[in-house]
Amino acid sequence: MNLPEPFRLLLFVLGTMAFVGANAAYLVWVERKGAARFQRRPGPTEVGPAGLLQPIADALKLMSKQLIVPPGVDSILFRLAPILVMMPAMMCLATIPFSEALAARNINVALVMVFAFSSINVMAIMLGGWASRNKYAIISAARIVSQNIAYEIPMMLVVITLVMMTGTMNLREIVDQQAGAIWHWNLFRLDENPLMPVTFVIFYICMLAETNRAPFDMAEAESELVAGAFTEYAGMGFGVYFMAEYANIVVGCALATLLFLGGWQSPIGVWSGIPWFLLKMYALVFSVIWVRWTFPRTQFYSLLNLSWKILIPVSLATLVLTAIMMKIL
Amino acid sequence: MILQKDIERLSAGSNETFVLNLGPQHPATHGVLRVKLTMDGEFITRAEPVPGYIHRMHEKMGENRTWAQFLPNTSRIDYLSAMAYTHAYVAAVERAAKIEVPARAEYIRVITSELNRVSSHLVWFGAFLLDLGGFTPLLYAFDDREKILDLLEGLTGSRLTYCYYRFGGVCNDIDAGFVEGARAFVTYMRPRLLMYRELVTDNVILRKRLIGIGFIDRDMCRRYGASGAVLRGAGVNYDVRRAEPYSVYPQFNFDIPVFPEGDCMARYLVRMEEIAQSLRIIEQALDGLPEGPFLAKGVPRMMKPPAGDYCFAVEAARGRFVVRVVSEGKDIPYRLRLRTPSFSNLSLFEEASRGMMLPDALALMGSLDLVIPDIDR
Amino acid sequence: MNGPLINVWRGFRSLVSGMRITLQQFFKPNVTVQYPHESIKMPERFRGHIIFVRDPDSGKSLCIACKSCAKACPSECIVVDGVKREGEKKKSVTEFKLDFTKCSLCGSCVEVCPADALRFSKEYNLASPTKGEYVEIDLVRRLEADKP
Repeated sequence: MNLPEPFRLLLFVLGTMAFVGANAAYLVWVERKGAARFQRRPGPTEVGPAGLLQPIADALKLMSKQLIVPPGVDSILFRLAPILVMMPAMMCLATIPFSEALAARNINVALVMVFAFSSINVMAIMLGGWASRNKYAIISAARIVSQNIAYEIPMMLVVITLVMMTGTMNLREIVDQQAGAIWHWNLFRLDENPLMPVTFVIFYICMLAETNRAPFDMAEAESELVAGAFTEYAGMGFGVYFMAEYANIVVGCALATLLFLGGWQSPIGVWSGIPWFLLKMYALVFSVIWVRWTFPRTQFYSLLNLSWKILIPVSLATLVLTAIMMKIL
Repeated sequence: MILQKDIERLSAGSNETFVLNLGPQHPATHGVLRVKLTMDGEFITRAEPVPGYIHRMHEKMGENRTWAQFLPNTSRIDYLSAMAYTHAYVAAVERAAKIEVPARAEYIRVITSELNRVSSHLVWFGAFLLDLGGFTPLLYAFDDREKILDLLEGLTGSRLTYCYYRFGGVCNDIDAGFVEGARAFVTYMRPRLLMYRELVTDNVILRKRLIGIGFIDRDMCRRYGASGAVLRGAGVNYDVRRAEPYSVYPQFNFDIPVFPEGDCMARYLVRMEEIAQSLRIIEQALDGLPEGPFLAKGVPRMMKPPAGDYCFAVEAARGRFVVRVVSEGKDIPYRLRLRTPSFSNLSLFEEASRGMMLPDALALMGSLDLVIPDIDR
Repeated sequence: MNGPLINVWRGFRSLVSGMRITLQQFFKPNVTVQYPHESIKMPERFRGHIIFVRDPDSGKSLCIACKSCAKACPSECIVVDGVKREGEKKKSVTEFKLDFTKCSLCGSCVEVCPADALRFSKEYNLASPTKGEYVEIDLVRRLEADKP
């Protein structure tokens, strides 16, 4: 399409916002329906057919609630945090190509940009927790920082391994290299590194931890910290945090799809396109929900142990292995 | 006026501790228990349980109503294990009034008590997993428990506050439908236990959270009078059903699960194993169910047990529950004392949780299986 | 060296088998009852609040106003009064009120009734915007109005 550049950009900003909003709203529905199915109940059924209008009803409810700013909070940071938490998810989506043609920006260093912005998310939750002037929220804020430091490292190591293999940080080129068939996907490129599936598992675990999803939902941990960093937020303030969580899951799953599962490339070599991308991405999103409704929460130090004692050594090992194999073969 | 206590508190404020008020409304306290935690970061330096938010003076209520009128109260002390509590009370009064209970009634009491124990442990299982952040097992456990509740509701007319036992027996006879339903439940429950084993017990996340966490040793149990799964999880083979046999328990073949580790996992395993053992007892009791009356003849409507001091202990789902009644030969008790297991099991929380991290302390609290009305009664 | 690796592998396998179990449950039918749309039939012995048993011959209550229920009630929530009418052997009830805010549904009153005049209602949808409706459940009037 040959649209003038500012117009194109505006279209994409609006498109991204709509995509994030719709995803956040309807992933809540998917989560609730999925949880219900895992627990053998019907889930939301009352609002609209199969409860499909439930997210809209929830949003209306949240918007009509009073935004309470409790006395004694740092009111600037308290208000800023929900805005900050939503921003990186939107920014990250700008770099993510949905197909050959559908991408906001084809950036050479897209991967670096995604990780740079995803860290802001952590800071935003921490700010919210800190500004809330609530003991539970502060505990949660402290937890989330150490959790995210611990999990950024193995995630970065995995991504470095991948970048070494592909030789580029451009997401579109990474996907293009995986064209052909299922064995060209980075997940199955065992000739470059036989530990590729392990790397994918590490990436997946880190993604769960980075997005604060169960079993790593230390920040929210409702049976320990009530609602963690979000305890003092009411109405849409809480709603935005909630939406950001799902937006981050979408970003994480989209990234996993692009990096490991061949993006929009079809597994049989023909008919590549957006449907494949969405199928793979939502399958991953479903697995995230599935994990949440299966496992208990980890303890905080075993979460850190997992990262420092297992994930980081293993991802370092894969990094070294890849380097060796690249040099020798 | 500044008290010594306040000075200590003020000077304690100079180091980096803070007070975290856990409860009375907190998702992990399952009711209205309040624990005042003095925290050093995420580590607990002191945990002070503050019970009393749901105190209803059951003991005092026992002193101003007739012996029979107290029966509904017994279901409301520990609402999850109502049968055992009623059992202790009626058995204490039967001991006082020297009432012989027919064999069929005793069998029915054992069957219903054990079903009630299974349902109580299932609630604990679900709620404990909820404390640990696992949601789904709760719903599975409640699905199983629903089957027990349906059975007991069909028999007694109520789902929790059964009020089913009477002095000298039980108030309704069990029918063929109940026997069949109980048998069906036993066969249904066994594969479910295997499923829980695979889904929950073997899960590496759960094992990491429970193994080696929340040590309670023999000595601490003795000092605080802990009983039930807490005691058996500390390696003490003590179960009232064996130690002071009552009802027709000596006739059944069952094991007392004992795990010596004394950590949360040991208590978890004790309760899971107890479900299996209860199923065994139910099966044997259903097989050996004798014919005959379900209520003793000649029990007066207005009880007046001879003067004296009588005690009866049962193994409730949470531990040793003792009823002590003092009679003056009148139609109302002179004194009624309830020794509830949750209260003594809670007492050791302060010592056992010292130096633990918050989530571990909550795992410990969950593994104690506290029922708040049972603490406050 | 092998120990930790085996442990990691075992842990991973336990996670996978847990996920397999929840997926199996995912495709099984619901176990819940969708309450306002469908409801469960109460069992025969269900203990609701008490109501009068109608005498099949006279259509009146069997209650003889002996006040045994009021005495047996642990919460003192029953008020009974009756008169002895001309030409009748037994007293007949004129007033029978149950304070449902105090009642604990223990069933002592039904059990103690010498005339078997009381039974449990199967009504369990007990909700009202006003307290008054349950402070005094008038059994006499309910029998006349033929309410369950």
